[in-house]
Amino acid sequence: MYTNVAGIKSPNPFWLASAPPTNSGYQVQRAFEAGWGGAVWKTLGEPIINTSSRFAAVSFNGQRVAGFNNIELITDRPLEVNLREIEETKLRFPDHAIIASLMVEPEQEKWHEIVKRVEAVGVDGLELNFGCPHGMAERGMGAASGQVPELVEKQTYWVKEVAQTPVIVKLTPNITDITVTAESAVQGGADAVSMINTINSLAGVDIHTWNTVPNVDGKGAHGGYCGPAVKPIALNMVAECARNPSINVPISGIGGIGDWQNTVEFMLMGASGVQVCTAAMHHGFSIVEDMIDGLSNYLDEKGIGSVQEIIGKTVPKYSDWGDMDLNYQTVARINNDVCINCNKCHIACEDTAHQCIDMLKGEDGEPILQVREEECVGCNLCSIVCPVDGAIDMIEKDNNLPPLSWNTRQNAINAKSLANS
Amino acid sequence: MSTGNEMLLEKLQANFNEVEPPLSHQEAFEEASRCLYCYDAPCITACPTGIEIPSFIKKIASDNLLGSARKIMEANPVGASCARVCPTEELCEGACVLNGSTQPIMIGKLQRYATDWAIHNEKVLFKSGKPNGKSVGVIGGGPAGLSAARELGLMGYGVTIYEAEEEAGGLDTYGIVSFRLPKRVSFWEVDQVKQVGVDIRTNTRVGRDVSLEELKENHDAVILSVGMSDVPMLGIEGEELNGVHDAIEFVKQTKSGQLSQAFAGKKGVVIGAGNTAIDGATCAVRLGAENMKILYRRSEKEMTAYDFEYEFAKQDGVEFRWLTAPKRLIGDEAGNVCAIECEKMELGEADADGRRRPMPIPDSTFTLEVDFVIKAIGQTRYTDLLEQFNIHHDGGVVTLNDDRFETSVNNVFSCGDVIFGKGQGEAMVVTASEQGKQTAYQVHEKLSGLQAESTA
Repeated sequence: MYTNVAGIKSPNPFWLASAPPTNSGYQVQRAFEAGWGGAVWKTLGEPIINTSSRFAAVSFNGQRVAGFNNIELITDRPLEVNLREIEETKLRFPDHAIIASLMVEPEQEKWHEIVKRVEAVGVDGLELNFGCPHGMAERGMGAASGQVPELVEKQTYWVKEVAQTPVIVKLTPNITDITVTAESAVQGGADAVSMINTINSLAGVDIHTWNTVPNVDGKGAHGGYCGPAVKPIALNMVAECARNPSINVPISGIGGIGDWQNTVEFMLMGASGVQVCTAAMHHGFSIVEDMIDGLSNYLDEKGIGSVQEIIGKTVPKYSDWGDMDLNYQTVARINNDVCINCNKCHIACEDTAHQCIDMLKGEDGEPILQVREEECVGCNLCSIVCPVDGAIDMIEKDNNLPPLSWNTRQNAINAKSLANS
Repeated sequence: MSTGNEMLLEKLQANFNEVEPPLSHQEAFEEASRCLYCYDAPCITACPTGIEIPSFIKKIASDNLLGSARKIMEANPVGASCARVCPTEELCEGACVLNGSTQPIMIGKLQRYATDWAIHNEKVLFKSGKPNGKSVGVIGGGPAGLSAARELGLMGYGVTIYEAEEEAGGLDTYGIVSFRLPKRVSFWEVDQVKQVGVDIRTNTRVGRDVSLEELKENHDAVILSVGMSDVPMLGIEGEELNGVHDAIEFVKQTKSGQLSQAFAGKKGVVIGAGNTAIDGATCAVRLGAENMKILYRRSEKEMTAYDFEYEFAKQDGVEFRWLTAPKRLIGDEAGNVCAIECEKMELGEADADGRRRPMPIPDSTFTLEVDFVIKAIGQTRYTDLLEQFNIHHDGGVVTLNDDRFETSVNNVFSCGDVIFGKGQGEAMVVTASEQGKQTAYQVHEKLSGLQAESTA
């Protein structure tokens, strides 16, 4: 379980992200008692004033907190108080990682000053908050600087000028290509990057009062989105950075991670460790117990000695669309002994895919569903909407065709036309 | 300060409160969210009225309760009652595909949730159709009659229901025990039927308060949906004694006016083991009877009560005495029943209906002390009325022409329990409702000449 992200060591890969759960020494100490390996302290900077009414969440089909939205800013407690509590916590938990999240105005002296002050109380590393999408961005900080590659590089450089501990740059997803800012961070000397911060969002509109959700005395503003719903977005951004040779620093994965399985996914995709917030806010710090236990059992079952061995194992499998084999084929096969005949696969295919699942009668007149395999394109939709595990398998179909990717195909066509010209 | 009597009455009244708790908003939402929203869902096929169940459930999940209630009541004009009294495990819930993987959706309870919402919020779900100038008379305002009248009202017919009782609703109002189906639910359904312009004349018995000739003269078609009548005579000695009750009447009394305090602490028996017998026994328990026994001349296997009703009676402490037939009722000097003489039976060869015939065991007579007896051995038919109409029937069961719900008399149609029996139909509220709808369509076809066209 021992984890090392760019020299920041922790007993396990589970850190609490810089957010409300890491607002105070009391909370972080409770988290460490519960088993969390590290904590990124809620962002330090010039104290601000927060609004009342801050969070909102999206429920889906009765599942609460499928997505989470907040308009809370960085810490609203005096810097001295936070520093004192960091020092106390570090003394009590010397083996746990405490990383200070920092955000100041984009001026060299301001960065130098805060870095020196937090390192003086014994933090294990620094995380530069270039991602907070609301409030701070309006003042030229957070995502406002994180969206400008030059500012990312310059500010990272200023921090590195004085920092004694490893520097992680936390990136905003509110940008067209996150690898650009990740590369800027590397250019500025970052020891690691972490991603993603929250995504610009509006959780909802109250259809009865016509107010935004959340609203502050009838007014709303965009917040930052996180939680399970953002996991696929975060996972792709981690993967894109992991497979980019110019971004050759460790990645701390963040975004919708709520259990050990998500953790494994992020680590396979290149993260050296993960940060969690929404799941803890939803269920409390104790969720880390199963995260550790589940990950440990997974590693044992796979015969893997250290969690670090799985880092990036799936990265070579992630490439561009043009590299995929166009001749590879899968088809759906329905197991009628498992199928419960809800017909969801039929109607999904019939209305919205390729019209190749028939509702038939079996020998005894019982209803059965059957795929016309010659017309199935292997889109997976039926197996996605199927409510019963094991009722629909997507199986490989050997068509005796050699592998052929779009890129190979285009290259061959180009070569041929060149030869013919 | 309450007197002893008032306290007893309060206690008894509490016994008649609905036993099944409603779903909370949260429970309903979670259960509705669990529905798979099957395509061509088997629950719809399993519902005699064909309610689009996944659709009404989806509407609960989307908090469109008005749409949900309308979807239910559109297909089933007595859908609020059916939500409570349908044997759902044999119908919609029995057909739910989740039976094969997890637990079936609680369709009945969700249906109740949506209709309860409409009742609570006093929603009017339907408007009458554009008047078409034609008129239909409906005899009997039970589930079948109400259902037929509602459909005809929607189509623009002028409909009059002739109801012999003080209130319409039939079985739902008077025959189903309060702790399963409170009267207010039935009254709301009656009100929904009134809202589509149907005129309901209560306390009006056809043949007594209004003549057949008047009906035929005033209406273009007549629908006969009078249901069934009293419990037949047992044909044994002592039947006229005080304390011998008809189960139908006994249940009706618990749904009309003040509850009787005469059964508290008493011992009683019910003769018969159908759903009405269970109702009689459980009502008596809730009126404070100290001991209730159900006597049945056949065995547990032949009993016609639904499994859940049987289970419910056992939970209420009702005892069952199988293979026991009443031989004689014994009275005291005041003419009150005080004992019942019974004899033990054994099952012989199968009868014409496939059930094994009970045969008395010689010298097996024994006597039970009782304070009252409830008879629940079926229901008699309104044979006289059928005779007056000159309607062909088989032992009081109306004979229908084809599948058109039309009787042997031109433009007189029939549906509900009055056509149930002799291998014809089912006795559930939900089938009566569907028959009412179908009868309305047949009436419409005939009166609008559609039938003539389609067969031309």
